[in-house]
Amino acid sequence: MPKNLFQKVWDAHTVRQLANGQTQLLIGTHLIHEVTSPQAFGMLRDLGLKVAFPHRTFATVDHIVPTDQFIEPYADPLAQAMMDELRKNCAQFGITFFDRATGKQGIVHIVGPEQGITQPGTTIACGDSHTSTHGAFGAIAFGIGTSQVRDVLATQTMALGALKVRRIEVNGKLRPGVYAKDVILHIIRMLGVNGGTGFAYEYAGSTFDGFSMEERMTVCNMSIEGGARVGYVNPDETTFAYLKGRPYAPKAAYWDAAVSHWRSFASDPGAAYDDVVKINAADIAPTVTWGINPGQGISISENIPSPETATSADDKAGIIEALAYMKLPAGAPIKGTKINVAFLGSCTNGRLSDFQEVAKYIKGRKVAPGIKAIAVPGSQIVALQCEKLGLDKILAEAGFEWRAAGCSMCLAMNPDKLIGDQLCASSSNRNFKGRQGSTTGRTILMSPVMVAAAAVTGQIADAREVFSVAQN
Amino acid sequence: MALAKITSVTGRAVNVPGNDIDTDRIIPARFMKCVTFDGLGEFLFYDVRKQLDGTEKPHPLNEPRFKGATILLSGANFGCGSSREHAPQAIAKYGFKAVIAENFAEIFFGNSTTLGIPCVTASREDIAKIAAFTETNSQGEVVIDLVKLEVRFGGQAVKIAQRESARDALVNGRWDAIGELIDGLPAVKITAAKLPYLAA
Repeated sequence: MPKNLFQKVWDAHTVRQLANGQTQLLIGTHLIHEVTSPQAFGMLRDLGLKVAFPHRTFATVDHIVPTDQFIEPYADPLAQAMMDELRKNCAQFGITFFDRATGKQGIVHIVGPEQGITQPGTTIACGDSHTSTHGAFGAIAFGIGTSQVRDVLATQTMALGALKVRRIEVNGKLRPGVYAKDVILHIIRMLGVNGGTGFAYEYAGSTFDGFSMEERMTVCNMSIEGGARVGYVNPDETTFAYLKGRPYAPKAAYWDAAVSHWRSFASDPGAAYDDVVKINAADIAPTVTWGINPGQGISISENIPSPETATSADDKAGIIEALAYMKLPAGAPIKGTKINVAFLGSCTNGRLSDFQEVAKYIKGRKVAPGIKAIAVPGSQIVALQCEKLGLDKILAEAGFEWRAAGCSMCLAMNPDKLIGDQLCASSSNRNFKGRQGSTTGRTILMSPVMVAAAAVTGQIADAREVFSVAQN
Repeated sequence: MALAKITSVTGRAVNVPGNDIDTDRIIPARFMKCVTFDGLGEFLFYDVRKQLDGTEKPHPLNEPRFKGATILLSGANFGCGSSREHAPQAIAKYGFKAVIAENFAEIFFGNSTTLGIPCVTASREDIAKIAAFTETNSQGEVVIDLVKLEVRFGGQAVKIAQRESARDALVNGRWDAIGELIDGLPAVKITAAKLPYLAA
C-alpha cells in the first residue's frame, strides 16, 4: 500500500506500543540549547540516569547569547549561568557542543542543517517549537517540552501518538517580490493558527519542488504557527545536493547508499492523506501581519480589518483585541504604517539567501532617519559567508547594525528588545503580545525584503514598489 | 516510580477568558532565564496581571475571591506558541491542578499531561456555564471527573472530552512515561541497529 513520508518515517522509528496506546518512538537526532535543557539534565541527575546515546545529541547556544558582546562573562549573570550550565552538562555527559569558540555556533535550527546533521528519513526532536524547520529535509521533527528532553536524553525515545497528515500543494511560480515567507504567512492566514492541530503538514507541488533548501526551511519553520507540530517537504535532488560534503553528511563511500535510502522515504504516488489543500502560487502576494498572532495577516495592498467586517463573533473579538494592542486604525491601509525598528534574522529568515536577497536591493539605499535596524546572522557560519561576500558591508552602509549570531530580537531573552510600544518590521515568526521584549511592543511579520523596504521608507511598504521589482 | 492515579480533580475554578492564549502570555520569555523551574508560579500571566512597576492590573487571578483556585478555565487554542514546558510548570507551581478549555495547542497539551495536569475540553457553552457558576460562587466546588468524563458544579453536570491516550495515562498513573520508556531500552537498541544513520 502506498505510504506518505510521515508514515514511513514513523514506522521505521517505532520501537513498540505503550500501555496507553501511544508509540515509543525512536528519536534519531536530538538537538538541545541552553533554555529548555538544564532542567532536563537536573531530572537525569535526580533519577540517577545516564544519556543513552550521547553521540546522537548535539548542543548549541542561541536564545540568550548577546549579539553585541563576545567576551564572557556576559553582562547578564542569568544568561552567563545558563551558558555555564550547558557547558557543564555537555562535558559531563559527553555531548558535542557547538560553542562560540568552535565557530559553528548559531540558532539550533540553522546549525543542524548546515552541519549536515539534519537528514531525510530521520526523526529529530528539540526543546523548541520551531524544530519543524528540519522537516525541509524530509525528516519528522518535533518541538518538545523539557520532560521529553529528559526522555530523549535517557532513552533516545519519547511517547507520542501518530499525527494525521495534510498535504498542502502549492503549484506554479511565485510572482516577483513574493517569497517563501509569504507562502507560509498565506497558508497560516488561510488555515488558521490552530488549523493544523493534530496534523503534520506535507508541503508539496511545483512551487516547493523549485524551492531551495533555505526556502523550504522558512516554510517548515512556521508550521507550528499554524498549529501543526510537524511540517515537511519530500527529499529530492535539491536536498541531496545541499547535504553533500557537509561535516556530518555520509562520506563518499556511503553516499550513494545513503541517497537511495533517503529517496525511499519520499511519499509514494497515490499515498493517502487525511486532507489535501491546493493553492495557486500566483495568488500569493507579499503578506504582512496586522495583529497579535501569525494568522492575522493581509497582503500588503489590503486594508487592516475592522470589527464590522468580522466573519464571526470570535473573529470580531480577535480583531478588537488585536487592534487595541497594535494601536492600528481599523479599515486603514497597512501600507504607510510607521515603524521604529527593523529586524532581519531568526530561525525563519536568518540564512545566507535571506541576506543576499536583502543586500541585492538595499545596496546604495539608506535606512530612514530614526529607524533602528539590525541584521543578525543565524549562525557564525552564515555570518562568515555573508562577510566573505561583503554583504555585511552593504547592510552596514545602508544603516543596519551587523551583529553576531543568535536568536536576537525574535524572543526577548537577550539584550535585543523593543522599548515601549515601538513597532518592529520583523523577519521572525511570532507577533504575540510582548514577544519582542516590551510588554507593549508591536511586531509586524514579513519577508526579509519587505523588512528592508520598511527600513528604508520608515513605514510598512510594498518592496516591489520601493525597489522597483519588475513584474512580468 | 509510582505515580498518582489522577481520576478526578476537585477544587475551586477561575475563568481566564480568551482564545489563542499563547505561551508567551502564560510565561513571558524573560522569566525563562533560569536553570530550574522553581519559582515560576509567581510569574504566571505576569504581563497581563502586573503593570511595569509591579502593581496589579485588573485580572481574575488578582481577585482575592479566586485565590486558591486549582482549576483554570479558558477559551480555544489554549497554550499555542512555543514548546516551553515553563508554561505548564508555571501553571502547576501557581497551584492549578487542571485546565478546562475549548481546545489546546498540541505541544502544550502533551507537556501538561506529562506533568500530571489534566487538560480537558468542553464546549464553549458549557465552559460559560462553569464560569457563570464560579462568578457567583467563587468558593463553590467544581469536580472534574476523568472516569465519567464530566464536570460537576452546583448541582449541574456538563460533558468533557480528553484524548484517550492522555486520559488512560492519567487515570492509570502512567502519565510520566519515563519508567516505561526505560523498560523499552533493549528494544530501542534493536530498532536503532536497523537504521543506517544510527547503526553507523
